[in-house]
Amino acid sequence: MPELALPFVTTGAAAAGGAQAILPLVATGLAYDAGGQRRLGPLDLTIEPGRRTVLMGPNGSGKSLTLRLLHGLLQPGAGRIAWAGRPADQAIARRQAMVFQRPILLRRSVQGNLRHALQSRGIHGAAQTARLAAALAMADLAGFADQPARRLSGGEQQRLAVARALSLQPEILFLDEPTASLDPQSTWQIERLLQAAHAGGTTIVLVTHDPGQARRLADTVVFLHRGRIVEQTPAAQFFEQPASPQAQDFLAGRIVL
Amino acid sequence: MRIPLMLAGLALAAGLNAVDQAAADDRFIIVQSTTSTQDSGLLDAILPAFTEATGIAVRVVAVGTGQAIKNARNGDGDVLLVHARKDEEAFVADGEGVERFDVMYNDFVLVGPSADPAGIGSSKDAVAALQAIAAKAAPFVSRGDDSGTHKKEQALWQAAGIDVAAASGGWYRETGSGMGPTLNTALGMQAYALTDRATWLSYLNQQDFRILVEGDPRLFNQYGVILVSPARHPTVKAADGQAFIDWLLGPDGQAAIAGYRINGQPLFTPNAQPMALRKAG
Amino acid sequence: MTQEFAAAFSLAWQLLASADPALREIVLRSLAVSLSAVSLACLVALPLGAALAVTRGPGRTALVLLLNASMGLPPVVVGLLVYLLLSRSGPLGALGLLYTPSAMIIAQTVLVTPIVAALARQIIADLHAEYDEQLRSLGLTPLATMRTLLWDARFSLLTVALAGFGRAIAEVGAVIIVGGNINHVTRVMTTTIALETSRGNLGLALALGLILILLALLVNGAVMALRFSGLKAAYA
Repeated sequence: MPELALPFVTTGAAAAGGAQAILPLVATGLAYDAGGQRRLGPLDLTIEPGRRTVLMGPNGSGKSLTLRLLHGLLQPGAGRIAWAGRPADQAIARRQAMVFQRPILLRRSVQGNLRHALQSRGIHGAAQTARLAAALAMADLAGFADQPARRLSGGEQQRLAVARALSLQPEILFLDEPTASLDPQSTWQIERLLQAAHAGGTTIVLVTHDPGQARRLADTVVFLHRGRIVEQTPAAQFFEQPASPQAQDFLAGRIVL
Repeated sequence: MRIPLMLAGLALAAGLNAVDQAAADDRFIIVQSTTSTQDSGLLDAILPAFTEATGIAVRVVAVGTGQAIKNARNGDGDVLLVHARKDEEAFVADGEGVERFDVMYNDFVLVGPSADPAGIGSSKDAVAALQAIAAKAAPFVSRGDDSGTHKKEQALWQAAGIDVAAASGGWYRETGSGMGPTLNTALGMQAYALTDRATWLSYLNQQDFRILVEGDPRLFNQYGVILVSPARHPTVKAADGQAFIDWLLGPDGQAAIAGYRINGQPLFTPNAQPMALRKAG
Repeated sequence: MTQEFAAAFSLAWQLLASADPALREIVLRSLAVSLSAVSLACLVALPLGAALAVTRGPGRTALVLLLNASMGLPPVVVGLLVYLLLSRSGPLGALGLLYTPSAMIIAQTVLVTPIVAALARQIIADLHAEYDEQLRSLGLTPLATMRTLLWDARFSLLTVALAGFGRAIAEVGAVIIVGGNINHVTRVMTTTIALETSRGNLGLALALGLILILLALLVNGAVMALRFSGLKAAYA
């Protein structure tokens, strides 16, 4: 297994510079409706700076919806989201990043994808060159810089997507089951990148199905069931003594109704 | 991609502008004329001599007489060269043109398949021929496009006392297109048609068709030339347009018209009045 | 009939082999007019198509419908509209563009723009559906989104431009009205074919038609080669 290069992960507070803090992220009474039906909430949720929050729950419990609402890809039907007390705006949006379950890569080369993301955040010139090289090394894709991104293997594609997100040096990174369809080695590589980002100060909100991954990465676990938060506890407590019967069933590998 | 494309577009536009510009720098006039003068090859044959003599290029827009007159009324031409005397005189009377002059004539002929189902080939009488065609309900193809030829044909039907509108779509077929396409249609349908002699002689697809009726004085086809009124349309190039008209009516132009032949046959007969008479008139 | 086809083929070959100067002139003019028209149409239609694909708002559906419907605009109608516009007695008459290659370019641009815009909108909308979440996550402005989509769809859009070019180079109805088919000035392949058909010179008309097809084939081949090499380099 190749050793992953982690040349720099200066994110989080460092990247914020002198700007006003955007965390904690507080959702109050958050709800989402589709087709006249309530699909999520109302729920209250707080993401603390520098923490790794893992959203778990069975299929259809509303994990991905929650993530998209927090990141601003969907507009809530009710409730409010506050970033250090302020509503989201363009500037706050540009201090976040997201990785999707199936990586959305442009029809460009590996470095073309990285350059596009950096340019979109106004990073040009020497800074862009440096971050691009670092991201390539981070994703262990330096030898593939000029390859079409969509010809990479599934694991390579997701590594590129994570490196692309981290190259933006977001203060908060959302990930929607980033390793759901990857082999164990690719999963391990992605997790290493996330650990390094966390060490650099990036706040992480991760959706996963995999209790093992949650155990390895979570500081806090939020367990959802049928669009509601059933448990919101420190990871150790969640895995040792899950309070709700749904979480108990889920951890035991039983079908959760 | 967009940038190279844009550059290519700009380069091309610039190039064409240059072409336009070069052409605009040349002296030229626009002549609104009929398809018969172009399809017969007359203008291609005689215009180079005029351009050489005067340095004025002639740009010919060849459409039906009706459309040529409309275009000229819009000011989209300097000289009108057509063959529908009444309309030409109306054009001048309306103040759209300066003065009308006879240039040349040819004649119309009735063409049809050698088999001649209506048996019109034995007589010179064009009106009687049309009556015979109508009596047999033999197919006849009309321009149907308000051209000079179409107007002549309508006048002949009227003289024959036949209401072709009633037969339209039956044995009487209106193509609504130029002389050439109409002849193509007549050949395809083995139908009779009225055409000017010049177009017929230069038409290369005659197959078994031939001239069946000719020589009737009523088939006479006079061409006139008019300078579009610079008073009405200030963009008209009056001097150069007049130079063209003078040349066309003068000895050089008239000789060039007389000299244009296909297979030894003249297509048009020049008949401009001598200069002295024109001035007097 | 077969004899006529054979004669037309042999005539087309003779014209090509002898590099007939008259033929070269009208071929070059056809290419210049239609390529210019397609380029200008793309300048307008690609951003328009992208804008319609990316934005949602009132009137958008109506505009898309209008665009799709105007793909079927008859060339003669376009020619007539442009004639009325450019005629000396029309609103743009003072420009003196009627019966020039510029007038033909304008007419073909009007003819081709709806086609390019409508097809581009469809292609870009499909790509947008795929990229949407990533681009919004990056916080791209609508303009930057359009730019990204136009660039990434460029090879498909090349095919769209080709469809527009095919329509432009093959049409006769618009250019014969606004160009006037003036020898050495506005005579192109299609108007020459119309003229030779009028003259009953069917063999030459057919031969010119064959050369027109050959021309379209060459342009298509060039674009396909470009697309293929580009796809190999950047696509997946």
